Formats: sequence, C-alpha cells, structure tokens
Amino acid sequence: MNKELRRVSIATLAMFLALFVSTSVIQVFQVDELRADARNVRTLYASYSAERGPILIDGNPIAESIEVDSVYSFLRTYPEPELYAAVTGYFTLNQGTTGIEGAFNDYLTGTANSQFLDQLGALVTGQSPRGAAVQLTLDPAVQAAAAAALGDRKGAVVAIEPATGRILALYSSPSFDPNRLSSHETSNVLQAYNELTSDPDEPLDNRAIAGDLYFPGSTFKIIVAAAAIDSGRYTPDDTFPNPPSLQLPLSSTVITNSGGSTCGGTDEVSIARALSLSCNIPFAQLGRELGEQTISDYAEAFGFGTAWEVPMTATPSTFPTGLDDAQLMLSSFGQYDVRATPLQMALVSAAIANGGNLMQPTLLDRIIAPDLSVVQQSEPVLAAQPISRTTAETLTRMLVDGVSTGVASNARIEGVEVAGKTGTAENGTGAPYTLWFTGFAPAVNPEVAVAVVIEDGGGLGQSGSGNQLAAPVAKQVMEAVLSR
Amino acid sequence: MSSTSTSTPAAGSPRAFTEAITIKLRTPAKLRNLELVLLVFAIGITGAAVALVQLGALGEIDTAFIGYGAGLGVIAMVMHTTLRIVAPDADPFILPIVTTLNGIGIAMIYRLDLADGVEGWASESVRQMTWTAIAMIVATVVLVVVRNHRALARYRYVAMFVGIVLLLLPMLPGIGVTINGARLWVAVGPFSFQPGEVAKIALAVFFAGYLVTARESLSIVGRTFLGLRLPRGKDLGPILIVWLAAMAVLVFQRDLGTSLLYFGLFLVMIYVATGRLSWVLLGLGLFVGGALIAAQSLSYVGWRVQGWLGAFDPTVYEAQGGSYQLVQGIFGLASGGLIGTGLGQGRPDLVPLAESDFIIASLGEELGLVGLFAILALYILFAARGFRIGFNGTDDFGRLLGVGLAFVLALQVFIVIGGVTRVIPLTGLTTPFLAAGGSSLVANWVIAALLLRLSDTIRHQPRLIIEEDA
Repeated sequence: MNKELRRVSIATLAMFLALFVSTSVIQVFQVDELRADARNVRTLYASYSAERGPILIDGNPIAESIEVDSVYSFLRTYPEPELYAAVTGYFTLNQGTTGIEGAFNDYLTGTANSQFLDQLGALVTGQSPRGAAVQLTLDPAVQAAAAAALGDRKGAVVAIEPATGRILALYSSPSFDPNRLSSHETSNVLQAYNELTSDPDEPLDNRAIAGDLYFPGSTFKIIVAAAAIDSGRYTPDDTFPNPPSLQLPLSSTVITNSGGSTCGGTDEVSIARALSLSCNIPFAQLGRELGEQTISDYAEAFGFGTAWEVPMTATPSTFPTGLDDAQLMLSSFGQYDVRATPLQMALVSAAIANGGNLMQPTLLDRIIAPDLSVVQQSEPVLAAQPISRTTAETLTRMLVDGVSTGVASNARIEGVEVAGKTGTAENGTGAPYTLWFTGFAPAVNPEVAVAVVIEDGGGLGQSGSGNQLAAPVAKQVMEAVLSR
Repeated sequence: MSSTSTSTPAAGSPRAFTEAITIKLRTPAKLRNLELVLLVFAIGITGAAVALVQLGALGEIDTAFIGYGAGLGVIAMVMHTTLRIVAPDADPFILPIVTTLNGIGIAMIYRLDLADGVEGWASESVRQMTWTAIAMIVATVVLVVVRNHRALARYRYVAMFVGIVLLLLPMLPGIGVTINGARLWVAVGPFSFQPGEVAKIALAVFFAGYLVTARESLSIVGRTFLGLRLPRGKDLGPILIVWLAAMAVLVFQRDLGTSLLYFGLFLVMIYVATGRLSWVLLGLGLFVGGALIAAQSLSYVGWRVQGWLGAFDPTVYEAQGGSYQLVQGIFGLASGGLIGTGLGQGRPDLVPLAESDFIIASLGEELGLVGLFAILALYILFAARGFRIGFNGTDDFGRLLGVGLAFVLALQVFIVIGGVTRVIPLTGLTTPFLAAGGSSLVANWVIAALLLRLSDTIRHQPRLIIEEDA
C-alpha cells in the first residue's frame, strides 16, 4: 500500500505544481499583456483611482487630473484642448485612450515596471499612489504658430529640431476637444465620440502622423535628387531635356509641369534648376535613369516604410514596387502611388539639415516621478544616415535656391537663408490638390525642419499651389522658432 | 490518559543494562501546546486580515465586526480544548491550517460585502461567520461522538446509500434548484443546501469500508488482456455503479467538476487499496470517454470546453454563459501581480461570484502571487497531514479513509483553482474553507474532524518507546 500511496502523493503534488505554474504564468509572465487588454476595466479604474500624472510642456500642464467628488476620484482635463489634441490624444472611460495618454499610460498611472519600487514604497508608507508626469519636447509658441497659421483649413504641421529629433510642433486640423471625451458620464462620452467619428472632416484622425497618407507630389523630388547626387552618378549641373509636355512610354498619359508652365523656358535644364523650379519632366527622366531600386533604397533610408514611434506609432510612408517605366516616371515626382505623412517629409528635410544624419523623432523630453526624480530622460538617437555630408550640403544649396530664386518664394524670411521645397500633388481628375511645403531654416546650423500639408487645395480646388498656401504656413512656424 | 506513567527499571537490575537503554515518554501535551501556539497565530492572522480590510476599504476600524470574529476564535479554542480531552494525540497542524484558511476566506468575503455595501444578514460575511460557528460545533461533536473510527466501517453500506442519495437529490423535481446552469442545490423553504459536499464524506467512508473487505478478491482474481489485468465481471459492478453515478451527475446536474471529484476519489482509493494500475487506467478511460461524448453531444459541456480553450476569443467572451467571468477573474489575478494590491485596495468585486467560485481570484488580486502560494502551501500541508495517516496508520480502513479524505480535498482545490487559472475547464465547485457557502464549510470541517480523529489513533501506540543506545 505504501508504494501506491507514494505515487498518489506524487500525483497530488503534481496537481499543486500545475497550480503554482498556472498562477505564476498569469500573475507574473502574462501581466503586461493582460493589463493591456482593452476588456480589462481594472486598468481603467486603477488609472482613475490613482492621481494620473500630468502631461507637461515646459512644466505647464496640457493635460492634468483634477480631484472631483465622483466614483472615479479624478477628472482628466485639458486646459488648451484643441491646440494639443493631436498630441495628448484622449482619455476615456469606455472608448479607449489615444495619443500620449495611451502611449505613456503605464507611466501616467504609475504602474510602469520602472516605477515598481515607488509602488512598493507607497504600499509601505501608505501614501496614495500617483502617476509620473510626462514632459514633452513641444514649444508652445511654435505649436500656437502652427495652429494659427493653418487656421480652419484641413491639414497638418510638423516641426522638428534637426540635430536632436525633438518635435517642436505637431498639429492636425480640424482638431477636437478631448475634454468632451474624458467626462465620467459614459453616455455623454459615447455621444461625443459618435459625433466625432461620424464627422466627415474626421477630426479624430491625426493627419500629422497617421491620417490618410498623402501624395507627396514635388516634395518627393528632394529624395530623387538626393539619390542622383549621393549615388555619385550625377552632379547638380547635369542637364536633362526640358520640353513643356511628354508622353509616357507605352502609355497615353501626357505629363506637363505644374500649371502647364515651360519651367524656365530652356530646352535643357540642370538638376539643380529643375529642383528649384520644380520641373516634372526632367525629374521623370532622371527617375527613369536611376531606376526603381535606387529611388526605393533612398526613400527607405530617409524613413519610408518605417513606423516611427514618437512614441505614438506613425503610419509608414510608402514607395511602390514593381513599376513599369511610366509608373516610375510618375513616381519620380511624387505621384502614381507614392504616399507620405507630414512627419516623414519633415524628417527628409531634417536629415538634410543635419548633414545627412537622420535623428529619431520624439515627443518625449523626460518622465518625472511624483518625488520629482527623473525616471526617464530622452537622449538624441541617430536613426539612419541616408546621405553623405557633402550630398546634404549640395542639396541645401539647391533648396536655398528654390526659396530665394525658385518657386518656393513665399517661404522667404527677411535676413535668414531658408531651404525648402513646395509640392502641389494631384489627387485625380477634378479633385482638389494636396498642397505641401517642407524645408528648414537657417540653411547653416538649422534650428528647425518643417513640413506642412493642406488638404482639399486649401479651399481653392485646383487653383491653389504649395507655394501660395503651404509655404506661408511653414514660414510662420519657422519664424516662431527663430524668434525664440 | 495519565502522562506520568513512567516505569523505572526494576531495582536490582544490572547497572550496565539500565545505562544502555533510554526510555522516552511521548507527551501528548507537547503536541497540543504546539497546536495552541499555531492556533493563536492563525487567529492573529485572521484578525490582522480583517483589520487590513477595514483600513483598506473603510479607512477605519469597525470593532463590532472584529467582535464577531473574536467569537469564532473562542469557538476554535473550545475545539482545541476538546481535542486535549478526546484526542490528545491528534495532529497539531490540521486545526490551525483550517482556521487560517477559514479566517482568510471570511476576511475576503467581508471585504467584498464592504465593496457591495451590504450589512447585517444580507451580507455574506455574517452568514459565513454563522456557518463557520455551526461547522466548528459540528466538527467538535463529530470528535466527541466518533471515539473509534473503526466503527464507521460497519456503516459502509449505509454510507453508500446516503452518499448516492445525496448526490442524486438535486435531480428530484420540486426540491432541486439550478443555480448558474448547474443543478447542485437542494432548496427546502428558505434553506438551500449543496448535498454533494456532504456526499463526498459518505462516499469516502463507503469506499474505504468496501475496499478493505473486497481488496483481496479485487486484486488477485482476473484475466490478463493486452498486458492489462482486468477485473472479473462481478467485481466490475461497484466501479460501474460509481461510474454511472458520476455520469448521471455530469448529464443531469450539468457539472463536470463534481463528477470528476467523485470519480477521482473512487479511482485513487481503489488504486491505493488494490495496487492495480489497470483499474485506474480503465476507469480514467471510461471517464474521459464519457466526458468526450458529453462535450460533443451536450451543449453546456461543449461550451465549458470552448470557454476554457478560447477564453479570450471575443465571440466566446461576449456569448451568454461564455468566458466573461473567467476572463475577468484572470484580469483580477493579473492586476494583483506578484505582491497584490493589498487587502481592500483592489477591485475583486468586478468578478461575478467573487465571494464563492472565484474567491481565489479575489485573493490573488489583493494578496498577489505571494498570497496564493501561501494558501496553496496550506492546502499542500493539509493534504500531507492526511497522507501521513495513510503511511503511518495502524489499520487499513483508517489509512484508506485518511488518504481518501485528504485526496478529495486536494482534488477539489485543484479542480476549482485549476478552473479559475485555465488549467482545466471551469466548473462550479467551491474552494474548501475559503469560499462562501454553508454546506461546503460544514462538510470540510467534518473532514478536518475525521482526519484529527484518525491521526489521534496513530500516535496512540506506542506511547512508551524503549530504545537501545547505539
């Protein structure tokens, strides 16, 4: 009987072993995953019962928790809701959480793993738990300039410090009021949420990083020019035929320059001049000679195909594959199926501005624990080196010419050398244009790189241009940085 | 009973002989003193837990409730004193373990009452304390009445009859009640009762009594088939009856857990009694076959399996009777993490049935993995004390009964906690001593009393040990 008893004892022990394992798996190994599950209302309640940390800019809150007399103890409020909605995102009881509120939820609620010791301390000392504060890189003056300059037109602005990747402004229009979504009345939240999602202008879309992607239009010529020069196959002075129109190979499509212009009126034009005047036909030919692979490689090196985490995830910009000659030529000036976010085009300018070094873009300055100790400090991170320093310098000269003597004239700032490129992207027959500007200033020791996109032709249908509408917005944003 | 019956060697014995032996007098008072210390400790843990709950959830100490708790402590002391008289050699660990588990359970149920804002007789904790008092008194009575456990063997067929009737009672129309899809309850007037809980004791007594007498014929006679020695047809009878009863529970009471519990108990006892692995394999095969057929043909069993394997699947999660409760319980455990939120600080009230079926998830949330490990360790210790009776017992009936009772409790813990943590499909059993529920408390305290009684017989003899020095 003892042999059997021993075996039964072992079997019983094995049953308990299974329970030790199963509880450990749930309570230790799967904790992060389970806490992140959208159906886990505990995470939500916990985030309300503890004082959620504020989101700060220069020490001033743009999102903070106010103590109220309700089951949730704290109400999330946004002092300047519309200005920062694209950055803060919203924090709701029943419709999820987005933006910085979502990306840094662990820290804001104080449940991040790095705050474990603080939690333990609070447990021992009996203090009520508090979340950490998240300080952002945004500059309030630049952000305000972006919002004011864009006005009520649909579009987005991104401004980046080229040397560090710190994002100085990130604005998407139309904006929304996150205070309506942070209410504790779930029916009000639901109503506001439904109104926002059914709004045809899609205010909840963050157009700067993750809205519908746009055709970059002529701003993409920067990448083609960079590929041509950096590969060593061309110099800025190499020329291409410059006819007013060109029928694409094996296609009935005829391409022209923007507005049907002659683009300087010469029979041949240099790459440098074609860039500053934004001639389509020379770039179509250049792109065809460079080939799909080369352009695609450079686009990727500049960040196309990368889901940037700022830390909200940006939609990757795309360059198409498997192109025939006609499609490749269209792609060379940012049409056909090339698509980009304003963030990505700002990064292209930032990389050139920073001598060919592309810095990882980020909104995070630092995370500060309730005891004011710094939990995490953001340091500049080199993301890629798409082009050499010499190529960057050459491109800078070309882009400065584009502003000073070319078609990007509205970005000129008195006494400052501005480098930039406009874009006027077509969206199909009869559809309003997408208007672009991307560039940086000053040309030497740049302080800011910027990208502006304006949808729906800025209200002018097919008669507006990037220079007319987007360049002045960029100018105001750059001025806000330079006048600090 | 006297502890001073030391016999000295007769005068005139050779000196050399008297120096070569040592006489040890085992003093049961030591055991009881150890029990007393542990019991004071157990009551202290319970009091501290209740105080923490009050500080965590109320922010102040409510002395009235602690007063009730102190009353229970007094009853535990009465039981301890009774043991000093009627079972002085009983195992000193069982009573403190059970008291601790019961106390932690009350603290958690009280905590959930505070979250739900119920007081007085509406609150589960007051009822649970009343039931605990009743259960302890019943256990004390069992200790006093059952002075010799061998007497129980005589009533084995009565036990069988009582056990099977209790098991099948909920199926009777009129008094059987279906709660949460499982028909495990009997209601007479305002009183509801889960007879299956008591049936496990009756059946353990029957199995032990029956197997002790029938083990010879069961283990020796039989034919060999494919390397397995199969029992004779007529010896198969009892197995088939128990299997049928288990299947009837599964089909008519819609409860896989209860059916697994009784069948598991039977298999383990028959294995320990006969040492025939072939019977266990045969029985397991029958059970798994039956369960598989049930999973295929009975929608509620199939649902349980789906809710287990695909718990996080949105369609299963949202379905009526789907995995919502299970997943919420797991979320609770996860939010507790390693060290827990602290008593009164979590949100265990978000899980349906947090005070009964899911009390382990509630405890895991507020006490953390550390707390759950401590609770599991208490159960292991309890089972080990029972198995010890099996190893060291003096008569086969007592040994079998001890193993059976200890195993059925361990298996129940496995079925419940395994269900909550997705080791096996979720079933509707209660966590012994912890979960809210009167019938379960009374039954498990009686098991504790029987184990105390059985352990007392082991140490009874020899009391005087004479050892020769090396």
